[in-house]
Amino acid sequence: MGEGEILLHIQDLDITFEPGAHAVRFLELDIRKSEIHGLVGESGSGKSVTSTAVIGLLPSPPAKISSGKIIFKGRDLLKLGKEEMRKIRGREIAMVFQEPSKYFNPSMKVGEQIREMLSLHFGMSRKSAVERVLELFNLTGLGKSNFGGGRRILNSYPHELSGGMKQRAMIAMGIACSPSLLIADEPTTALDVTLQMQILDLIHDLQNRLKMSILFISHDLNVVKHIANRVSVIYAGKIVESAAKGTIFKNPMHPYTKLLLLSIPDPEKRGTPLKTIPGTVPDAESIPSGCAFHTRCPYVRKICEKEIPALKEYENGHTTACHFAGETE
Amino acid sequence: MPLIIFIIKRFFRLILTVLLVSTIIFFVIRVIPGDPAAVIAGIDATQADVAAIRAQLGTDKPISVQYIHWLRSVALFDFGNSMITGEPVTKQILKRFPITLTLATLGILMGMLIAIPLGVISAVKRWSPVDYFGMLLSQIGMAVPSFWLGIILLLLFAVKIHIFPLFGSGGIKYYILPSLSLGLARAAVILRLTRASMVEELSKEYIITARAKGLTERLVKYKHALKNALIPVITVSGIQFGYMLGGAIIIEQVFSLPGLGRLFLTGIYQRDFTLIQGGVVFIAFVFSLINFLVDILYSVLNPKIRVG
Repeated sequence: MGEGEILLHIQDLDITFEPGAHAVRFLELDIRKSEIHGLVGESGSGKSVTSTAVIGLLPSPPAKISSGKIIFKGRDLLKLGKEEMRKIRGREIAMVFQEPSKYFNPSMKVGEQIREMLSLHFGMSRKSAVERVLELFNLTGLGKSNFGGGRRILNSYPHELSGGMKQRAMIAMGIACSPSLLIADEPTTALDVTLQMQILDLIHDLQNRLKMSILFISHDLNVVKHIANRVSVIYAGKIVESAAKGTIFKNPMHPYTKLLLLSIPDPEKRGTPLKTIPGTVPDAESIPSGCAFHTRCPYVRKICEKEIPALKEYENGHTTACHFAGETE
Repeated sequence: MPLIIFIIKRFFRLILTVLLVSTIIFFVIRVIPGDPAAVIAGIDATQADVAAIRAQLGTDKPISVQYIHWLRSVALFDFGNSMITGEPVTKQILKRFPITLTLATLGILMGMLIAIPLGVISAVKRWSPVDYFGMLLSQIGMAVPSFWLGIILLLLFAVKIHIFPLFGSGGIKYYILPSLSLGLARAAVILRLTRASMVEELSKEYIITARAKGLTERLVKYKHALKNALIPVITVSGIQFGYMLGGAIIIEQVFSLPGLGRLFLTGIYQRDFTLIQGGVVFIAFVFSLINFLVDILYSVLNPKIRVG
């Protein structure tokens, strides 16, 4: 399956929420070393549930992981004890959230919120941890003088920083312990368009320098196109297609991916009505039988209502879950 | 906003509050029917006697002159002499104040010491036996009047078992039972608030961040959530403390403690206008002062508040 060593292997992951919502259905996903893996799906498709399961923070109850494995560096994260998993969080797998203004503690200085994890994971002294925080601020562009310099950010409360600065600080927090995997859950969605680009470039640049893998979750194909090396498309809790970025944008195989690509506004098709996908994402409580997409699929046939298509590899590293993959045009 | 500017602003607010209260009490007392001079002089007094007392009180002068005079005495913290005993009001208040201060301080401390740890544990271990115990305690604390609790405590610990004195004032042991009866009532309120506030903080997004960073549960709860959860608790406790400093009339009565509450109550019975007037301003001042201090503490805990 393609090139590059696999860092995170999710196999048959199945997550239900009481009572009876099937949020993630036998999901399979591989994240290779040093890649930016875009996970694309509409809201409610199970993107965030998957990433929350990876970092071990699904609230249980109501969430229940009924089957599956999450293999990270040879260990199944689902079998780890609480304390073992805690040591991985922030250290090996870190997370950047969507709305930095909500995800920072409002009454604690930004520097302290990053420093504490360094002291905890590495046992660093206060002084060297602060040095490291300043270094992180330089890496994320917060050391620049137009932001008042890293020292100022260090002693600022979250509300004293702008949205873009807060997101940079959030990213600094994410990479603080040089994790092997950074999960970025819609990190640019809450930002202005001009800031979005800056943050995307920052993430891209950091990946180049630090060589970590990034699981980049987004509902926005344009954003993913800009940043990812590989793209997986999730629909109703299941991966329907996964391929290198170039492949998936040039040669999509799953009808859902095709329709998603058509619904991106294209400046060359100015004046023609924008294509949309009829219908809505099914509720996790009432997933259609067979292929979950069959209710909205223009190529639907009898078998689609009955049998769940398996995720199969067609070309090198290009997998898709459709009974008629390659046949539909 | 820097802390010092915030403090100066709040200090002006304190001054303004006291000024307003002084003005209101001044006019209210003048609007109430009945001439204090006539009250002092008694039924058998002659016109000349009443006039003489008026002159002595200063109530024969125009209202504007009286008002200026009153503001001056408020600023100098000199509220004149009691109409009944002739003793300076300020001296009387300051003589009683330590008793009330001790009672209120011990009361709020006991209340917070019981309520905050129990409230936090209740929130962290929701629907556990500890939580149910806390809720029950709080329910009882709110339902039971503090004077009844005071009497029961007296019966138990002063009459049946002679651990504490029955009444009077002196050393710290005279204050234990009354502050406990005051404190338990406050504890009921503070406990509920602490629990609710802690539960709310634990459900916020920054807690997810704290966990995603790999912090231990202890740090997540007691470093991140607790500080934010305590912000409203501090405010409410401060306001409660302010109220208690105005004198706990009933508890002072039950335990025969000669505090401010009893002083003012006597003043009201005897229509001692100067005492009441001075008392109201004093309570307003103490209450505003406590509020001022709570505001500063609040802004240190929650830097965001200084923006507004």
